[in-house]
Amino acid sequence: MIRGVVRYVDERTGGAPFVRKALRYVFPDHWSFLLGEVALYLFMLLVATGTYLTFFFDDSVTPTTYYGTYAPLDGAQMSHAYQSVLHISFAVKAGLLIRQTHHWAADVFVATIVLHLMRVFFTGAFRKPRDLTYLLGVAMLGLALLEGFLGYSLVDDLLSGMGLAIGYSVALSIPLVGAPLATLLWGGPFPGSASFLPRLYIAHVLIIPILIGAILTLHLALVASRHHTQFKRTPRETERRVVGVPTFPGQVPRSLGLLCATWGVLFLLGGLVQVNPVWLWGPFHVGDATNGAQPDWYLGWLIGALRLVPSFDVVIGGYTVVPNPFWGGALFPLVVFSIVGLWPWLERKVTGDDAFHNLLDRPRDNPSRTGAGMALFVWVFLVFLAGSADRVYVWLGLSYSHQIWGYRVLVIVAPVLAFFITRRVCRELLAGERAALVRTTAEDASHV
Amino acid sequence: MSKLKDALIAGLVLLAGKRRKDPYANLPEQRIVEEGAPDRRAENVVLVLFAVVVICAVAFIVVYSFESLAHQTQYLGLAIGLAFVVLAAACIVIATRLIVTEELEEPYPDLEHPDESDAVAEIVEESGSRFTRKRLVRMAGLGAVGTLGAALITPALSLGPAFNTDKLKWTPWRRGRRLVDDAGKPLLASEIEEESFYSAYPEGADRELMGSPIIVVRVPLDELKTRHDWAPHGIVAFSKICTHAGCAVTLYRKPTFAPTQPRPALVCPCHYSTFDPAEGGKVIFGPAGRNLPQLPLTVDGKGYLRAAGTFNEPIGPSWWGVRRGRSVS
Repeated sequence: MIRGVVRYVDERTGGAPFVRKALRYVFPDHWSFLLGEVALYLFMLLVATGTYLTFFFDDSVTPTTYYGTYAPLDGAQMSHAYQSVLHISFAVKAGLLIRQTHHWAADVFVATIVLHLMRVFFTGAFRKPRDLTYLLGVAMLGLALLEGFLGYSLVDDLLSGMGLAIGYSVALSIPLVGAPLATLLWGGPFPGSASFLPRLYIAHVLIIPILIGAILTLHLALVASRHHTQFKRTPRETERRVVGVPTFPGQVPRSLGLLCATWGVLFLLGGLVQVNPVWLWGPFHVGDATNGAQPDWYLGWLIGALRLVPSFDVVIGGYTVVPNPFWGGALFPLVVFSIVGLWPWLERKVTGDDAFHNLLDRPRDNPSRTGAGMALFVWVFLVFLAGSADRVYVWLGLSYSHQIWGYRVLVIVAPVLAFFITRRVCRELLAGERAALVRTTAEDASHV
Repeated sequence: MSKLKDALIAGLVLLAGKRRKDPYANLPEQRIVEEGAPDRRAENVVLVLFAVVVICAVAFIVVYSFESLAHQTQYLGLAIGLAFVVLAAACIVIATRLIVTEELEEPYPDLEHPDESDAVAEIVEESGSRFTRKRLVRMAGLGAVGTLGAALITPALSLGPAFNTDKLKWTPWRRGRRLVDDAGKPLLASEIEEESFYSAYPEGADRELMGSPIIVVRVPLDELKTRHDWAPHGIVAFSKICTHAGCAVTLYRKPTFAPTQPRPALVCPCHYSTFDPAEGGKVIFGPAGRNLPQLPLTVDGKGYLRAAGTFNEPIGPSWWGVRRGRSVS
């Protein structure tokens, strides 16, 4: 039966040699290699749940009056967009489940990409011949952040409107091109023309998903063509020979299990744990804002950066040259993404290491890289924490302005400390290993 | 009856036997995947897990079919989520217990192909032998394609008014325009109390413009430091849109114990830019790079608040080239 089918397909596609190779393609085994896979499954889930939501979402900002099932907003003025999201949440059966699963999946998607990036960074998996693969991955992280922002901006609730006002201000603050760019994208000054939300919508459901999908395909094709990296656990693993489990039968049930586990957890979150209850925020109006507004976690580093920058615009002769939001909202992410994205080339420039690498470093094996990575992580993470200083004030009563001044000092001092401490720890670990090795060899020798 | 049964069974066996006849069966036995020992217990576990998946999936359909059910979202999520989690468990049992464990070795693919790379370069190089002025042709070609590219993206300018930044400064506030509240009712100067915060809009204008919403507060006359003639009875008005990142300034920080705490201030909830209403909207904390634009006020014969002019600065977030401290009419 199976033979018949395979022959039938092969006679018509000539695919058997390729499939045979693919079935015995080797996957080295380590839990951290599965992070990228989880991100892939989340992308699939996002496309599926997102497609379902498009059947009910209305991308119009035309005002209407709400007379739906949610009594507290009865009679409120709002856009059709916001009304349709309330409809999905309260009137469409399984609508809230799919909407919350979509939102959760976006949050976990970005988190998984970040963890995957850290795994690749700290093990040196980005080195030649995989530097392009890495750069494509960093590009997808950037697109995922943008995609998430566009997604929650579409709802046209109070929080999304505030987020868009900030996005508009950051766009406006870009030197020279800011004002033309912002008014082009928005179709006029904020909140923009009636075409703005449909533009946002098509970017969220078509343009950026297609970009991510295309880069993802390229990323996976490059991974497969160079094969996976591996840790050196036994003498069998070398720079020239890869050791692991074949796609079939070994890897397939594991991957299917991971896929089902990922989707299962996300559906449980979507059904049981409330996220972005948009009906509580109310509709957006230019003159309204709410206190305690926090974006989704993956934009926390940007709100933190915007809050940390002290009060100043660059002004020449009464004319503003660089408005304040540029520093935290545009320059900071640009610097972070440049360092992260160009790291393989920076490291090659410093170390002069132009060799091929299929064997991974353990983080301790390269103390300087691990130190630099920790410094960058601590820097971004502190800025991220600074974004929650207002919540910390509410919980613990710590003065907001004192916290901000503390963070302004910490973001400069802590990364430097993190670099030296991490490098030292790595070196000590290596020295300890060498000492242990010397001791065991000596003991072995004395037994002889 | 039993004869018929026997005949049926015999027929089935024959049929099945016929089916199973493998045309490749007489090929020499050469296994690719090694043979493993059976594990009936693991198989039983997988069967049970598959049954649980069926139960969960059916539960999802049943819960969905209710027209209205309390906590329907939660039950739906639980059913479909558990179905996937249990299916995952089944896959893991299959992967760890029922699949033959193999560890394969394979050489990495060739990391470089110098001959092929050179051949590719050679094909490209040798193909241009008939060109005599390669550089010129290349430059001209790039110029042509580049200009065409510029032409193709020009229609993007239709998206919006790219080069008309005057629109960014425009506000509906003019001399004599009345202030109205949320409900459209004109504001009386006598209604504005100290230590309180009022939002107002220009009468008869679009409220969804950044230039429309304003904040009105009353500052005690002895505390008012600047622009006394813009503030009848100490009532001052500012643009409600933060000059930092365009959020609405909706917080009014007033001291709970006046002698030791700072004076009242206007605070933006997005990045906590803090402005002093008694000193012309001056930035006293936070990232905002310029003061909150002030709207001069006057009180008409009937006691209603009216604008006495327009803002003293462009409203909202700044951009390259915006002139500070210049009112726009």
